[in-house]
Amino acid sequence: MGKTVLMQGNEACVEGALAAGMRFYAGYPITPSTEIAETASVRLPMVGGRFIQMEDELSSMAAVIGASVAGVKAMTATSGPGFSLKQENIGYASLAEVPCVIVDVQRSGPSTGLPTSPSQADVMQARWGTHGDHPVIAISPSSVRETYDLAIRCFNLAEKYRTPVIFLMDEMVGHLREGIELPDESEIEIISRKMPESMDGDRPYKVKEGEYVPAIPPFGSGMRYNITGLIHDDTGFPTNSNEEADKLCRRLLEKIEKNVDDIITYEEKYLDDADTAVICYGGTTRSVMEAIEKLRSEGVRVGMFRPITIWPFPEKQIKELSKKVKRILVVEHNYGQLVREVERCADEACKIDFLGRINGTVIPPTEVYDAVKEEA
Amino acid sequence: MASALIEKYMRQQHLPHIWCPGCGNGILMRDVAQAIDNLGIDRDNVCLVSGIGCSSRAAGYMDFNTIHTTHGRAIAFATGIKLARPDMHVIVVTGDGDAAAIGGNHLIHAARRNIDLTVVVFNNNIYGMTGGQYSPTTPQGERGTTAPYGTVERPFDIAALAAGAGASFTARGSAFHAMQTIKMIEQGISHKGFSLIDCASVCPTYYGRKNKKGDAVEMMKWQRDNAVMAEKAAGMTEEEKRGKLVIGVLSRSDYPEFTAEYQKIIDRLAEGRK
Repeated sequence: MGKTVLMQGNEACVEGALAAGMRFYAGYPITPSTEIAETASVRLPMVGGRFIQMEDELSSMAAVIGASVAGVKAMTATSGPGFSLKQENIGYASLAEVPCVIVDVQRSGPSTGLPTSPSQADVMQARWGTHGDHPVIAISPSSVRETYDLAIRCFNLAEKYRTPVIFLMDEMVGHLREGIELPDESEIEIISRKMPESMDGDRPYKVKEGEYVPAIPPFGSGMRYNITGLIHDDTGFPTNSNEEADKLCRRLLEKIEKNVDDIITYEEKYLDDADTAVICYGGTTRSVMEAIEKLRSEGVRVGMFRPITIWPFPEKQIKELSKKVKRILVVEHNYGQLVREVERCADEACKIDFLGRINGTVIPPTEVYDAVKEEA
Repeated sequence: MASALIEKYMRQQHLPHIWCPGCGNGILMRDVAQAIDNLGIDRDNVCLVSGIGCSSRAAGYMDFNTIHTTHGRAIAFATGIKLARPDMHVIVVTGDGDAAAIGGNHLIHAARRNIDLTVVVFNNNIYGMTGGQYSPTTPQGERGTTAPYGTVERPFDIAALAAGAGASFTARGSAFHAMQTIKMIEQGISHKGFSLIDCASVCPTYYGRKNKKGDAVEMMKWQRDNAVMAEKAAGMTEEEKRGKLVIGVLSRSDYPEFTAEYQKIIDRLAEGRK
């Protein structure tokens, strides 16, 4: 059994990342993610790692990629405006297949918005923020302990699939303090990027038939290869071949698509006999669960489905759910983002309603209660 | 001599390069390779980082650990690499637009930190890759495709900018002055701290043609005929230096280096735990 501590979500994010092997952090101060940078600046040099406060968000993302290509597990954290600024280099990491973790502690937008207020309105930016067709993994935690666990998972997924992973937190969870029990080190699974069998080759981006993730060695390990943000062949050098472009882009997308069962996780509660399913994620889950417990005590047949992996979206699970229940209520802290994915997957198999808000205050349990009760 | 160097350090399967005939970048790329060779550094321990633009294609042609990054961000990527591997020689190859316009913020802050990077600027006074737009080093009054009547902006002196921001070694070379430039790059790589070598390239295709500077040979002759060594320039007035190319080591100091200073924190914390 591990030790019990009182911890904030943002701090748990750093502790989880350290447990996963993070040894480099580059960031720029921005509310409500700043405690992540502060905690990283204290903790990293204690374990022989390095922290740097960069001059802006763009360079923070760039430095993280740089550290990762040199073989060090690296992370940055930000919030809405900074997340926008990081996007070009996130796309670079995606194309160049550089493992890294980007934390976005969502706050109210658009623009500078309400910097200290909660929101979940970066869901679509997490998916499509950088230009071009690209794969993405985004994970959303709903408690402090889960933030710790999922920070580890973010690194594991980034390393396993050699792709940037977005840790889509929100202000509610980031600034929440809870007493949690940390797992013992021996209970933690850590995945590190695969190394090539030999350093002699000149095709670092080559993948074996039926596989999707290349075993690219870090810089300085003896294989002198090239990394570029241009479309490249498996040598890592730029090419204008349309055939190679198609091959590379497809492999990048399929690397995620073909592994959704490994990447997607979710939580279900009281769905066995439910007529109504509430779909929620992140900090909003807490209001939803309070309402559901109350409704259940009154005999209302309502359950909850919570995607933990936001991207790739759990299409198969939502499709099945929509056939099982009469109504789905999507509760998210925005004007309606993930609800569109739910509608697309449900394909009119059941009624879909939406509850959200864009005024910077938390959605209270009473509102969820009323929205379920309306038609229950 | 050059061919042996090409065999040793260039990825010949990716040659010929994409640069125009007469471009100065090939000479400067060769200078970088020669400097590394002269220093006898293990090439597996060298990382070449470039941004976007004509200059930045150099990284891919050279047989080291090479990374061609995003526009303006080469120094920021290099900062991450250096912090992850302080033992590595991290060399940035960049251009005037890449380093001083879109990447200007990273340039001044890396200089301020005095992190041990060597930045070699292939400065051709123009955006070549996009077809000849004026850059932050296009001299006032000269033309580009976006300065059809001559630019009204003042140019940056990139070496002076870096020195002002805290770089502990700055120098200026040129495509013509190969021997001197090789030495400056060697000194930059050996220097513990942020070093920048601003290298005057020549772009006969865009800058030269737009501004009636003649062909590549004419442009190189201009570098030869207008170069003034830094030592001599020190005694010249601003008026006398106008229109001249001041070459040589421009500034140098022994300010503490960033990764070494950070290592002291790591060591101190480790000591405290014992």
